[in-house]
Amino acid sequence: MAGITADQIDCIVMATVSHPFQTPACAPLLATRLGATGAAAFDISAACAGYCHGIALAADMVRGGSARYVLVVGVERLTDFTDKTDRSTAFIFGDGAGAAVIGPSETPGIGPTVWGSDGAQWDVISQRESWIDVHERDLGWPHIVMQGQTVFRWAVWGMAPVAKRALELAGVTVDQLDAFIPHQANVRIIDAMVKQLKIPDTVAIARDIAYTGNTSAASIPLAAERMLREGEIPSGSLALQIGFGAGLAYAAQVVVLP
Amino acid sequence: MSASEQEILEGLAEIINEETGLDPAEVAAEKSFTDDLDIDSLSMMTIVVNAEERFGVRIPDDEVKNLTTVGDAVKFIQSQQG
Repeated sequence: MAGITADQIDCIVMATVSHPFQTPACAPLLATRLGATGAAAFDISAACAGYCHGIALAADMVRGGSARYVLVVGVERLTDFTDKTDRSTAFIFGDGAGAAVIGPSETPGIGPTVWGSDGAQWDVISQRESWIDVHERDLGWPHIVMQGQTVFRWAVWGMAPVAKRALELAGVTVDQLDAFIPHQANVRIIDAMVKQLKIPDTVAIARDIAYTGNTSAASIPLAAERMLREGEIPSGSLALQIGFGAGLAYAAQVVVLP
Repeated sequence: MSASEQEILEGLAEIINEETGLDPAEVAAEKSFTDDLDIDSLSMMTIVVNAEERFGVRIPDDEVKNLTTVGDAVKFIQSQQG
């Protein structure tokens, strides 16, 4: 779709928290399997905000000249980290992967990123058992858990100013958007964000959560791809994307969809 | 200026009505948010944030689980008002 071959990729940024190797990263293996031989390749850990972090890094690499084409991948296999008896996560977590190629353009296609973190809320969404616990207490496998109400408050009321700032920095008003693509955390968060941001009916809202679940770093590219594939929005649409999750970490930017 | 118990109750009834569509007359001090009014944890958080804005108080997440009845919420909000 990007009209390039694998050997033209200079860098692969892989956003994931479910790669089961502490080291090496997943990205170098993908580079070799793709034929992007010798490309710089590394993983980033920003959970559900990982894809938007990757887009920010890639855009700055291309602008800064350290890469011409960057492949950004969001991929998770949350099944492995899901406690099947935890009703606050088991029915929403899913597995998936999505990717985008970022390359040079005559016109800007990625607006300024608004991003940040809040380590004071480090435990609000987290791997419940550290790898040390897993080893010493013979627990088998760790699980990702979250404090639903706290996440809901932060995601809806904490992220609204972030989303507004991303629009402001891009010089775009909410009614000029074609699509709003938030991280697919759950429908209640998406609906409340839409209400909080006063997004008009003319803007298409990503709701891939209903089909794919919450796939963490993969949810935004998966949702965007569904909207484009199903003709809900055309190529070239202006979208506000915002990722938010464990860290707590967040990143938002206005993008022109491929 | 602090609101009276009755004013807080009426304010909460309006906020609950906006979130759930529930008739404000149904919202009484002795009613349980979950058992009587069928308000789930995320709607509860929306009600909490709107109540914070309306009454100028802060209701910490840890406190929310202690607010079983509408009366509990009224008392907590009143205790936080200066």
